[in-house]
Amino acid sequence: MAHQIYEAIVDGILGGGVYALMAAGLTLIFGVLDIINVAQGILVVVGGYLSYVLSVHLHIDLFLGLLITIPAMFVLGLVIHTTVIRPLRGAERTSMSLLACFAVAIILEGALYWIFGANNITLKASYVDASFKVAGFYISDIYVYCFILAVVLVAAIYGLLYRTTFGRGVRATMQDPIAARLIGIDVNRVAALTFGIGVAVTAAGGMAYGATSGGFNPNSGYDLISRLLAIVILGGLGSIGGALAAAVFMITVESLVDIWSPNWAIVVFYAALVIVLTVRPAGLFGRQAVRAQ
Amino acid sequence: MNPAATQPAAPRPAVGSARTLASRKTLLGAAGLAVLLALFAVFPLVFTNPLATTYGFDALIFVAAATAWNIFSGYSGYLSLGHAVFFGTGMYTVAIGARDWKLTGDTVFALLPLAALVAAAIAVPLGLVALRVRRHTFVVVTIAFFFIFQLMAFNFSFTGGTSGIDAPILNWAPATYNNPFYYLALIIAVATLALSGLVRRSRFGLHLRAIRDDEDRARSLGVHAMRVKLTALVVSGLVTGLVGGLWYYFIAAVQPQSAYDPLFDLSLALMAFFGGLGTVLGPALGALILEPAQQWLTVQFTNDYLSEILLGALFLVVILFLPRGVLPTGAERVRSWRARSRARSAAESAPEPAAADEATRTGTPS
Repeated sequence: MAHQIYEAIVDGILGGGVYALMAAGLTLIFGVLDIINVAQGILVVVGGYLSYVLSVHLHIDLFLGLLITIPAMFVLGLVIHTTVIRPLRGAERTSMSLLACFAVAIILEGALYWIFGANNITLKASYVDASFKVAGFYISDIYVYCFILAVVLVAAIYGLLYRTTFGRGVRATMQDPIAARLIGIDVNRVAALTFGIGVAVTAAGGMAYGATSGGFNPNSGYDLISRLLAIVILGGLGSIGGALAAAVFMITVESLVDIWSPNWAIVVFYAALVIVLTVRPAGLFGRQAVRAQ
Repeated sequence: MNPAATQPAAPRPAVGSARTLASRKTLLGAAGLAVLLALFAVFPLVFTNPLATTYGFDALIFVAAATAWNIFSGYSGYLSLGHAVFFGTGMYTVAIGARDWKLTGDTVFALLPLAALVAAAIAVPLGLVALRVRRHTFVVVTIAFFFIFQLMAFNFSFTGGTSGIDAPILNWAPATYNNPFYYLALIIAVATLALSGLVRRSRFGLHLRAIRDDEDRARSLGVHAMRVKLTALVVSGLVTGLVGGLWYYFIAAVQPQSAYDPLFDLSLALMAFFGGLGTVLGPALGALILEPAQQWLTVQFTNDYLSEILLGALFLVVILFLPRGVLPTGAERVRSWRARSRARSAAESAPEPAAADEATRTGTPS
């Protein structure tokens, strides 16, 4: 029993890292643009399919393929921002953007079904099924690789935010878009690039998800987005650190409950969100009323 | 072009329009509604094809559900993407009641009020938790509740798990099988619309819209925000549960994924936005246009995915080009056209520009 619990915790932390990466993109987009990109889930799936195409048809290694898929998803993010998000104006912008992202998600889902069908696919590589033994536990290689990838990319996002001029502009825009504009920051450019970066991480997220989750299909977007939303809300919207902590916490809770009952694990996942929000409406690390209504 | 007419009006029709016009408008509106109602009443007698009545029933169910959604989300500004919780609960209430109390035939319809009550009862704890948070967080909490309910339906044994529960068979004549369903749905839809109109005109509706515009200010002015929001959610859930129960009996089966369907949530929001969020008739109009359109697309394009893509694209077009919905945008066009024609006639009779200006100003509701 104790053995199983330790294993579940290790799985939770490693798996949580991957979710943390996807959630970081989501919460970054929220922080800067004040919108929730509900298409993030299906975009992760798109990223997974891109890796699949590269590895099956062009025989490019999954991790090497990220050099192609990350820029591709970045461009897709820019396109979505320019055509769908940016034209939205006015008082209802917030709720409109939510629905617009939903529409994008439906279109992408339909397109994926059309191209790839409803079959479950998995990403394969020599290291996907390999595992090694540490102190009596079996840990699969791919989990560790993906965790390292997630850590590297989240560190890169942090570096971008706290060590570059662009990052300073992003943080300024998060704090107060009007003041940021007044001191000469091109808020539209910051918003577009942030959306692009937030979507670009889904390329890595999709690859990691496809390799670790035991298969996905176009419908997986719903499952992903609902978890990601729970994570970013729990962590406090707009807080990247909060998203990281919440991702690890939630996935660990889920994998612990999974020992007793796989069916109820995901229910506990959402119940945890509801319970936390009853106690702390702003989430674990969120500031109360990040921005006035 | 005069500034008064082109000025962007408030996102909803103004509350205090000119008094003189009001009575004539109401009369015209009432006559129009009576004609519409008569058309809906004879629809199944003219189009006896079961396919047509199925379309009609479908559309009316969504008229009621979208209007109920709008009573809460449209008026209060709290967007719910979890109304399938009430719909599905209504379905399951009728299904479980009929199964456990061994009801058959027409007697099952007696369970419809129970479906409404159970859905309303569920809305209370849900609201008490979800309504503590606002905006995005509220939307996500409603989605979380949606998933919790869908997963519970999958996992509990009394819901029949994945295979769900089949409805008792109704031995009605196939030719007129749809008609009782159609008329029941029509009654519910009309009653919901009337309720929505009453809410909008009432003090309660004013409170709701005050909350939408600025909740903190409304609170400081003495609106019991929580009580008002919760009441609206319960009313909305009640109607949604009721139509859920009826829907179950019509499609004769319930499974977790059809009872708690994310596309249902999305459809309600889309219909309300399409017709005009926060207006009385907008969501109904949206339902009457979009639901048959969606059915038609599915039939026209045997490729399911193409119809899904088209639906998403339609959704985007609405959001980008009619962001305030068909009804408010249309009303605004009519108003500005009227104001312009009035200004023109005024200018002909009294060529002084000051008088023309005056006429436009009184003619345009602010």
